[in-house]
Amino acid sequence: MRICGTAWAYGDHVDTDAIIPARYLMTSDPHELASHCMEDIDKSFAGGVHPGDVLLAGENFGCGSSREHAPLAIQAAGIGCVVAASFARIFFRNALNIGLPVLVCPSAAREAETGQRMEVDLETGAIANRTLRTTHQAEPYPPFMLNLIAAGGWIEYTRRRLQAGEFNRSRTGH
Amino acid sequence: MKQTLAEKLIASHAVVNGRRLTPDERSTLGADRFVEVEVDLVLANDITAPIAMREFAKLGVASVFDPRAVVFVADHFTPNKDIASAEHCALMRRFAVEQGLTHYYDVGRAGIEHVLLPEEGLVAPGDVVVGADSHTCTYGALGAFATGMGSTDIAVAMATGIVWMRVPRTIRVEFTGERQRWVGGKDLILRAIGELGVDGARYQALEFAGAVIDALPISGRFTMANMAIEAGAKAGLFCVDRITDSYLEGRTHRDRPGGELRADPDAVYESTLHLDVSDLDPQVALPHLPENVRSVGEVGEVSIDQVVIGSCTNGRLEDLREAAAILRGRRVHPGVRCIVLPGSQRVMLEATREGLIETFVLAGAAVSTPTCGPCLGGHMGVLASGERAVSTTNRNFRGRMGHPQSEVYLSGPAVAAASAVAGRIASPEEVLS
Repeated sequence: MRICGTAWAYGDHVDTDAIIPARYLMTSDPHELASHCMEDIDKSFAGGVHPGDVLLAGENFGCGSSREHAPLAIQAAGIGCVVAASFARIFFRNALNIGLPVLVCPSAAREAETGQRMEVDLETGAIANRTLRTTHQAEPYPPFMLNLIAAGGWIEYTRRRLQAGEFNRSRTGH
Repeated sequence: MKQTLAEKLIASHAVVNGRRLTPDERSTLGADRFVEVEVDLVLANDITAPIAMREFAKLGVASVFDPRAVVFVADHFTPNKDIASAEHCALMRRFAVEQGLTHYYDVGRAGIEHVLLPEEGLVAPGDVVVGADSHTCTYGALGAFATGMGSTDIAVAMATGIVWMRVPRTIRVEFTGERQRWVGGKDLILRAIGELGVDGARYQALEFAGAVIDALPISGRFTMANMAIEAGAKAGLFCVDRITDSYLEGRTHRDRPGGELRADPDAVYESTLHLDVSDLDPQVALPHLPENVRSVGEVGEVSIDQVVIGSCTNGRLEDLREAAAILRGRRVHPGVRCIVLPGSQRVMLEATREGLIETFVLAGAAVSTPTCGPCLGGHMGVLASGERAVSTTNRNFRGRMGHPQSEVYLSGPAVAAASAVAGRIASPEEVLS
């Protein structure tokens, strides 16, 4: 799958309070969350983002809270893929779990500026900055995560295994 | 193979094809391996449970894997701050009743989740605990592998009792020297985060050790484990000793697993950080990252509008005692609003019996029922544009406690109380002299 769109570029340590401030967590509706996405650090984002745009950031993107509202807001805003120099652990899991593509690629993330034209091939991890005419290769996913993605995410993967009776759900101990 | 505490704890819960690992397989499970893990306890709160319940419904099972092992706590926007949060809490309450959850905690019988769960004896050494709250790592203080995850992971854990994990590498943080008066767990962990940086332990576990840690009371250990996530860590772990045992006595109803709950002496660490605390003063983290750490004396003249004492980081009885020791017989500065939030109903009761609540009220502080409210800018103490707070909470990101143009300085309870009296960031010594 290819993602083509405009770059939205940010710095290091973009935290989950910046992605979606806690004052909006009284809802879990993705579209309502999207309307406030990034507003404390970039008021133009929520109104200006188009489907297929690419969010790029520096180190430790998504640090802080475990709120799944953060990747949900980014996904519902229309972002097709997040490329960062590195991701905070919980955000990375959450994004994978809900099917928001996340790629680790420091070189692409560092040179990008908001407004540039980006193209990302999710299968190969090839990232092209059409404005700068540069290409980059994202880090490959470990095989374990590839299996999860291929199965359609953690919920779908688990649902099939539950149907097949794979889990021992009658544990005791408490 | 010699193992870290993280490796041992995960190995003891890892499953392959529905069975636990054999002793041989356990002893060779090392960092970077991907494994599925059986969890002892699954936690969610009023912000994260509604999404977890939505995802749970997609899994096609009627019930949670064990109604005694799924814990819901209404603590973030409670007592309900508005209609929307009331609706969330109502959804959560309905699910808890339908599923017959043994441990559903609501207003008046609850507290802040990470103060409450250990207090209720729900976490035992050796456990694996996952929670849809990033500060779930608090339970590492008891020698449990505890980590925060998102609502989807928690939904799967609620249905199956299983999560996947990559076994983390470990950074050992060793504290030596003589801890000075007014230097507590908060100051130790802030200092460590200052050294590591907010992503210095990303994807890794922290293991706290050294003579200072061996003597540190359990409340200080909870504070330190709580903030492991602020260095990006997956867990913040303490080995189990007589301080752990004496905290657990009469609290936990579960047996401790056999074997020593400590790292092997020659386990392999990613790195080791040595910190001598003999000259360490109380610490303050400046806006807008927990790694911007300085000694209180180096902060300079910073006037403040609000002080918050409480939270899952510093809302325990020992924290309130420390704040009261400074506020007793003194008055909160006229320009400051000081808000004290005991971490649980039990902390509130004990603080009342000890006269701490009276001390706070006489000093001119507001005392609130337990809630996470102000820590995340939710309610009960939101900051206006340009306002500054000193807070014993765990995050000082831009806009964390309110307006994006407000500022949060993180400290322990002693500096927070001293600052409330002085009207500016101040050390306890300045106020007491």
